[in-house]
Amino acid sequence: MRKEKQATARMRHLFDRAGFGATPAGIAEAAQSPVRKVVRTLFKQSEEYTPFTVIDPEEYSPKKQLKNMAQNGMLDRDSLKARIKENAELVRDLNVTWLDRMASGKGALREKMALFWHGHFACRAQGRNGLVMQQYANVVRQHALGKFGDLLAGVSKTPAMLQFLNAQQNKKNAPNENFAREVMELFTLGRGNYTEHDIKEAARAFTGWGFNIDGEFTFRQQAHDTGEKEIFGKKGAFTGDDVLTMLLEQKQTARYITRKIYRYFVNEQEDRQRVDTLADGFYRSGYDITQLMETIFTADWFYDPANIGAHIKSPVELLAGMRHTLGVQFDQPQPQVFVQRTLGQVLFYPPNVAGWPGGRNWIDSSSLLFRMKLPDYVLKAAEVNIRAKDEADVNAELLAKRGKNQFTTIVNWDEFEKPFQRVKDEELLESLATYLLPYPLQPVQQQLILKTIKPGQTHSEQIRTLTAALMSLPEYQLS
Amino acid sequence: MKRREFLNKSALATAGTMMIPHFLKAYETSHLGSGAPAHKILVVVQLSGGNDGLNTVVPYRNDIYYRERPGIAIKADKVLKLNDDVGFNPALESIKGLYDDGLLTIINNVGYPNPDRSHFRSMDIWHTASDSDKYVQTGWVGRYLDANCSGKACEPHRAIEVDDTLSLAMKGSDINGLAVLDPKKLYNQTRSGLVHGLSESKLEAQHENVAYLYKTLAETVSSADYVYDKAKRVKASQIAYPGSELGNRLKTVSELIQSDVSTSVYYISIGGFDTHINQVNQQERLLSQYAEAVNAFMRDMKQAGLVNDVLLMTFSEFGRRVKQNASNGTDHGTANNVFLFGGNLTPGKVFNEAPNLTNLDEGDLKYSVDFRSIYATLLRNWLKTDDVAILGKKFDTLQFV
Repeated sequence: MRKEKQATARMRHLFDRAGFGATPAGIAEAAQSPVRKVVRTLFKQSEEYTPFTVIDPEEYSPKKQLKNMAQNGMLDRDSLKARIKENAELVRDLNVTWLDRMASGKGALREKMALFWHGHFACRAQGRNGLVMQQYANVVRQHALGKFGDLLAGVSKTPAMLQFLNAQQNKKNAPNENFAREVMELFTLGRGNYTEHDIKEAARAFTGWGFNIDGEFTFRQQAHDTGEKEIFGKKGAFTGDDVLTMLLEQKQTARYITRKIYRYFVNEQEDRQRVDTLADGFYRSGYDITQLMETIFTADWFYDPANIGAHIKSPVELLAGMRHTLGVQFDQPQPQVFVQRTLGQVLFYPPNVAGWPGGRNWIDSSSLLFRMKLPDYVLKAAEVNIRAKDEADVNAELLAKRGKNQFTTIVNWDEFEKPFQRVKDEELLESLATYLLPYPLQPVQQQLILKTIKPGQTHSEQIRTLTAALMSLPEYQLS
Repeated sequence: MKRREFLNKSALATAGTMMIPHFLKAYETSHLGSGAPAHKILVVVQLSGGNDGLNTVVPYRNDIYYRERPGIAIKADKVLKLNDDVGFNPALESIKGLYDDGLLTIINNVGYPNPDRSHFRSMDIWHTASDSDKYVQTGWVGRYLDANCSGKACEPHRAIEVDDTLSLAMKGSDINGLAVLDPKKLYNQTRSGLVHGLSESKLEAQHENVAYLYKTLAETVSSADYVYDKAKRVKASQIAYPGSELGNRLKTVSELIQSDVSTSVYYISIGGFDTHINQVNQQERLLSQYAEAVNAFMRDMKQAGLVNDVLLMTFSEFGRRVKQNASNGTDHGTANNVFLFGGNLTPGKVFNEAPNLTNLDEGDLKYSVDFRSIYATLLRNWLKTDDVAILGKKFDTLQFV
């Protein structure tokens, strides 16, 4: 019995970290197999990559183009307005499409990795150009489990990132150092592992990078500085691609990335020696992300008590996880964006190029109270009397709209309840807790939660009441 | 009788403080014999979206201003003149009286090196007080809480944001401020059986994150209790506040101040200032709402005898381009003005030179005052704390307070 519980706890931990949680039935089934086998299945299920096609490039016209069309009389004023509004809604649709994918459990590991990379290669939607954000998300998702070098080059060349980090303004004789700085400070080496001289010279190497109106990367030869540069003590007529290669050659990049992955997927308190060993392997494998992640998820220490419940779920992890566990469907996109905004993590809108700070930064008085109330909003249609702040940017105003006062959702309770149908009433709470929480309940919590049950509730009603209460606990914020 | 009145009276009756229990003494003695709070109070009003500073404080004698803004410039005869160079947008009429009474200081050309023209990033920089090429995860008010956080004084309600959610400015590394739009609403949120019960449960924390969550919960519930308990006793203000969002929020601030909560910093943000299209009407509507609300608040403070203890600062994440755009609006710019209201300013006036429209950086104003000098001054000379520890380095303080 104890062994079975332990296996359940391990699987819950694995699914929480390597994806967006699991249903109790899914956890119970996985607990029958050895960890290695389950991990292999997780990777297998994430092998396939299907791009998002919310926005059709053939049909899509950016705002500028629409305005030109209006000036040429191809669009009247009202249609212009309507088309611009539609464009704005596309970023929101993209946001919810991604969230739906995470919550579906399909290719969960790939989507979880992609969410991590979205925070690492943080890029914020600017204006209303949803098409470039779709492209960016697809590059991140496509390479999420591949080679880090492909991911780095791929993301660096998306119009979204080029625009975000002012690549178009980076020209021969008038370099803009923004991209060169961030690629070293945030994407590869980390602070303190390069000099200002390296940045200056690398910026020259990146001159000429840009994109065209079709959203394709272009190399503008005439804007490129072909002269000799000195980077990391080496001299040569380096190009941008050369710099990326040089960054990957530095072992520090493997260390920096591994460290960040460890802090995100294992524990914010890092084990120095472990990280070094992992980084060695990552470097030797030619930055193979799959291999690194497999090593982590199959290591015994990954399941150490010190690592269980050590991660504070991000708002997207919390929402997608709750949805997945209970099979929740929202009838409208707005409430889901509202939850992200109120809790401080909107997909496609990281605060800056450094990404979401994460960890305890997610938690303050108001966000904690909102998180504890979230099950009531999602599962019981409780009235929402909280407002998100006004967005400073008129271009993001669609995101700022107040959510409706109630969420309309469909919860797949039948499926969720199945594993608990034969559990006795008095054992129900403990049994549910095993699947939903990283820690066993303490007596004082048990008493408080049991008080939420009303006399005369059926077995099924009790399951629902207890589940909502368990998902309100501070412990449910942890994975 | 209120507890404080009782203490005041009994103190007078016994001609000393001998009768006051020791634990109350430290907290209350500074109040005895005066209506003033024990500490100075800072109120920050953030105008989100990038308020157009040039159409707020108008350089009405400057030909370049009129040449660059043919569709949106404020005519010289409409401007409420402050000095020989600049005057208010007429929508600011309600605060002109405060200026005339020396209760308002205007600092021009406030910004920071290598300005960022993205709303979010620039606001980030103002909130964290970081350099524009650094990313900091705590806010300057949050770090003020950290620096003054010891023992009993370490409570979220020492800094209150009048809102439902908490801004980055209010987040410290050890402690965060408290978001309270309405004390009663927050109190009710913390009354549910589970929330309240858990906040009181003495759990054995399995992990330090669990301990952190339960500590946050306990602080939230106790701060919500405390603020609600104080706020419900306060008499409604005699001053009529406008019914705007800012009016409501400043009224809440006034009530909290007068309820004698131990809060040193209040934070409010209002939006809508991103005026790319048909700016004039939109900005005038926002500015007049702003001016009416701030005027009501300052008059309220005056009447309550608090005008020398309260300082209100207004800023926006950036100003706007000197040249208007083709849609009778303005695009994102750089340096901007900052307003400071209060009775303790030396003396209220236009603090420095008007914007120089001949010396621009790619069409944008150059800053001459780093906003962190204003923060440093507020921290050091107003809140009497260690500005260098909070801002991470030394910035020159300014002689406005």
